[in-house]
Amino acid sequence: MSLFLILVLPFLGSLCAALLPTNARNAEAWLAGIVAASVSALILWQLPAIETNGALYYEQIWSPTLKIAFQLRMDGFAWLFALLVALIGLLVVFYARYYMSPEDPVPRFFAFLLAFMGAMLGIVLSGNLLQLAMFWELTSLASFMLIAYWHHRQDARTGARMALTVTGMGGLAMLGGMLLIGHIVGSYEIDAVLAAAEQIKAHAWYPAIVCLIALGALTKSAQFPFHFWLPHAMAAPTPVSAYLHSATMVKAGVFLLARLWPVLAGSDLWFWLIGGSGLVTLLLGGYLALLQNDMKGLLAYSTISHLGLITLLLGMNSELALVAAVFHIVNHATFKASLFMAAGIVDHETGTRDIRRLSGLRLAMPLTAALAGVAAAAMAGVPLLNGFLSKEMFFSETVMLARPEWQRILLPVVATLAGMFSVAYSLRFIHGAFFGPPTTDLPQTPHDPTRWMLLPSALLVAACLLVGVLPGATVGPYLHLATDALLGAQAPIYDLAMWHGVNLPLLMSLVALFGGITLYQFVLQPYGQKLPSLRQLDGKTAFTWLLRTLNVTADRLLQLISSTRLQTQILVLILACLAAGLPFLAEPLLPGTQAMPWPHPAFVLLWLMGGACALGAAWFAKYQRLAALILSGGAGLATSLTFVWFSAPDLALTQLAVEVVTVVLILLGLRWLPRGNPPPSGRGSLRAQLRRSRDFLLALLGGGGLAALSYAILSRPAPTQLADFFTQNALPLGGGQNVVNVILVDFRGFDTFGEITVLGIVALTVYALLRRFRPAPESTLLPAQQQLQAAEAPTPFSQQLGDKLPAGYLMLPAVLVRLLLPMAVLVSLYFLLRGHHEPGGGFVGGLIFATTIILQYLISGIGWLEARLRIRPVYWIACGLLAAASAGLLATFNGAPFLKSQGWHGALPWLGEVHLSSVLLFDLGVYMLVVGATVLILIAIAHQTLRTTAARTAAGQEARQWH
Amino acid sequence: MALIFSLAIGIMAGAGIYLLLRPRTFQVIIGLSLLGYAVNLFIFGMGRLQTGVPPIITPGSAAQYADPVPQALVLTAIVIGFATLSLFLVVLLAARGLSGTDHVDGKETDEN
Repeated sequence: MSLFLILVLPFLGSLCAALLPTNARNAEAWLAGIVAASVSALILWQLPAIETNGALYYEQIWSPTLKIAFQLRMDGFAWLFALLVALIGLLVVFYARYYMSPEDPVPRFFAFLLAFMGAMLGIVLSGNLLQLAMFWELTSLASFMLIAYWHHRQDARTGARMALTVTGMGGLAMLGGMLLIGHIVGSYEIDAVLAAAEQIKAHAWYPAIVCLIALGALTKSAQFPFHFWLPHAMAAPTPVSAYLHSATMVKAGVFLLARLWPVLAGSDLWFWLIGGSGLVTLLLGGYLALLQNDMKGLLAYSTISHLGLITLLLGMNSELALVAAVFHIVNHATFKASLFMAAGIVDHETGTRDIRRLSGLRLAMPLTAALAGVAAAAMAGVPLLNGFLSKEMFFSETVMLARPEWQRILLPVVATLAGMFSVAYSLRFIHGAFFGPPTTDLPQTPHDPTRWMLLPSALLVAACLLVGVLPGATVGPYLHLATDALLGAQAPIYDLAMWHGVNLPLLMSLVALFGGITLYQFVLQPYGQKLPSLRQLDGKTAFTWLLRTLNVTADRLLQLISSTRLQTQILVLILACLAAGLPFLAEPLLPGTQAMPWPHPAFVLLWLMGGACALGAAWFAKYQRLAALILSGGAGLATSLTFVWFSAPDLALTQLAVEVVTVVLILLGLRWLPRGNPPPSGRGSLRAQLRRSRDFLLALLGGGGLAALSYAILSRPAPTQLADFFTQNALPLGGGQNVVNVILVDFRGFDTFGEITVLGIVALTVYALLRRFRPAPESTLLPAQQQLQAAEAPTPFSQQLGDKLPAGYLMLPAVLVRLLLPMAVLVSLYFLLRGHHEPGGGFVGGLIFATTIILQYLISGIGWLEARLRIRPVYWIACGLLAAASAGLLATFNGAPFLKSQGWHGALPWLGEVHLSSVLLFDLGVYMLVVGATVLILIAIAHQTLRTTAARTAAGQEARQWH
Repeated sequence: MALIFSLAIGIMAGAGIYLLLRPRTFQVIIGLSLLGYAVNLFIFGMGRLQTGVPPIITPGSAAQYADPVPQALVLTAIVIGFATLSLFLVVLLAARGLSGTDHVDGKETDEN
């Protein structure tokens, strides 16, 4: 349980931090500090249990069918790493409290920092590989947000994007490797994978696995050739660099390599791939660090170099080298975090990080200078400090390498050279910034910061010293614990001590030390700016080229295979539909054997008219919109009658009601379309004619195909199982006689619930779209018919707000529709209530109600009606959804599945025997929603006339002023 | 009966497809509507055509009923069809207001 707490606390903290107000700098820091401190304490608390049991586990069911559980596992190695993450996190939070300026939005900073801490702990504590990969990606995302924290800066955005792309691609490769491992082992659990080491090494996929996992680890740990992202990530605030880019995130790569070391290491491939990349990175990073003028840039390249050292150690296929690697991970984290903090302090106090501008700061900032000096000495590998110890172990490993002669000679030489670089850039960092004559032309006058800001750095430096002097008494037992966890019985015996007597590694150290001083004094200082920058080896060029090429190619491809023109898109769609129908051509399109009754003459007549209407609508749609609309309504009417004919009363009713509403809707819309032009005299260009012929052919094919298909199906017997199930169970299970209604509100109630939700969303979308509606200027004029009327009679149409009835010819219709209103409402309720047993239901009832409302609008006008009757469709929609949802929840409260119908039968005073069902409530919800949605859509369109009336009045006044 | 029914589907679908391919928004909306009728009838026809046997149960009788499943499907389809049609109508009105044309691409590309 405490393992779970360790992982969850940072995420909870992140959530809380995100919710605090922007200026809550202290509260944020306290929150983050408390979280980091409690996580550290929890981790420390696990130590005795790990010492006795070896590893702690926590498991939670996640996906049993995929055989994946949420597993946490903490062994000695994970413990050491987690402690590192938590403790340095605590110090960084402390530091950040003083570093971040009051203008920075700190909630975002601390929220992502804590989320990152949680993700990193997730990597370390994951008990299976897939979960590890998930947290791995989470660290990439959190680091993206942190690098881009100052997102108004171009370099921050570029750096963040680059880091995310590189590490994200690596993570994808790593996931592939993990899937391969899981396939071989049959499990993703780390214990199972570790146990199957021999099986994996012997498998044919082993090379592929090594390459994929290496891709993940090398990108994350910024190893050659993927190292280029790290310097660009320095655009992040310094606390982020101190945490992510020295102590934690970049260490995730080497963590993974160490974790899987027992499984993957030991082969030549591993040596060349991991060791080779590490070696090149070690040298290249060290060399490039020499050339940097930005303090953070120098630290970034030195981090790359030190990570190269760790990677090289991991690639050497020796247990002792693994121990050295783990030791150096810890040491590097302590001194590098402290150095980053120092660079941040210098930046904070002087306003610049340029080593060329800085000089002699030791006088102004003595404490900072002292701390940075000790930490830099640790980085250089000066005796009595922790960096010396692990470097010594590295040197002795290079000497002992069990490889062919030339490699055994080359490696120590290269190692010494890298050591010289390390000494030289450490010197540059300290000597360049803190020594020499004091400068005066800095943006700010430097002085030591508040002691609290120095404290984290001081603690880290103290750790460097303590470990350096008394390694056995301080870090020794925990290092044993970690390496035992990694290697088990194969853990080597080693001796952590400062003094091993005069031997080759010591000599190498001395050579590196003096060589480095010489290098700095006689090469770097005089010729530093003239050294070759090795820009060709920078992967950034390749990276940007690759990204650009990808983008350009994608654009070209998109242009090639897609079109922005709707007609082309629809053409492709229709061709695809036709192609989908091709398989039916083989045999079944022939009519079946079912006997067909002769068509009834009335039915033939009906479809003579229906067909003529459909063809007429197609013919008139371009030039005579009103005619086309009426004809299309005629086709809808024929459809509705067909439903009646073939035993579907519910459909007929719904179709009829929808038909009315649709026609009214489009009629309201017609007003805003451009004035129809008379048809041209000729037949248009050849191109247009060809296109029309092509479309005609397609229509013929589509329509003919669909007709043939339906005839072929209709002349075959129907399968009946589904129909029989519903007709037999509608009454016993659903308690309704109208099977269609029972299906809608009961058997498939959830579908209907979704459907009415869609309807509500559409109505709101229509409303939202029309709020910003701008009619075309020509449409704002009074329609031609109304102009005619206005010429004949003064106020025939509009009615003064006070009048009971309109004056002109609309008086009679007005009386009628007002009489109609209560009756229509009654009828709609009648249809709603009887729907469960007879044709009807919420849809039909709601549509009838909506039609009455819109009739009122049509006859009385918006102003008159809304002064008296105010419909609030949005409330209707909300109430409808609520009613339907509560009908569903009623079942849940009764312990039944969501939306299962719940009945109650009993006697009530006055009313007698009553049967109440949740189905009625559900149908009532449908009813209200349909009313709300339909009315909202219709009224929204109708209201647009008000907009133009206002526009017309304004335009009229303007015109009058002109004349 | 089936022949006339199939022909009705075919004619409406053909008219709908032709209109969908036209350049004016109003043509497309009428086409959508006609194609909707055709498809609804087609789905409805999957339950076969029977007269005088609506799926309203008379308790106690073991009569044959028309297939209620396609009817339930089509009922939903009619309502959703209304929703899409009204959404399309508003989009085309807004597009006309913004672009000043009723061409489906928002600009006059060619005469047809």
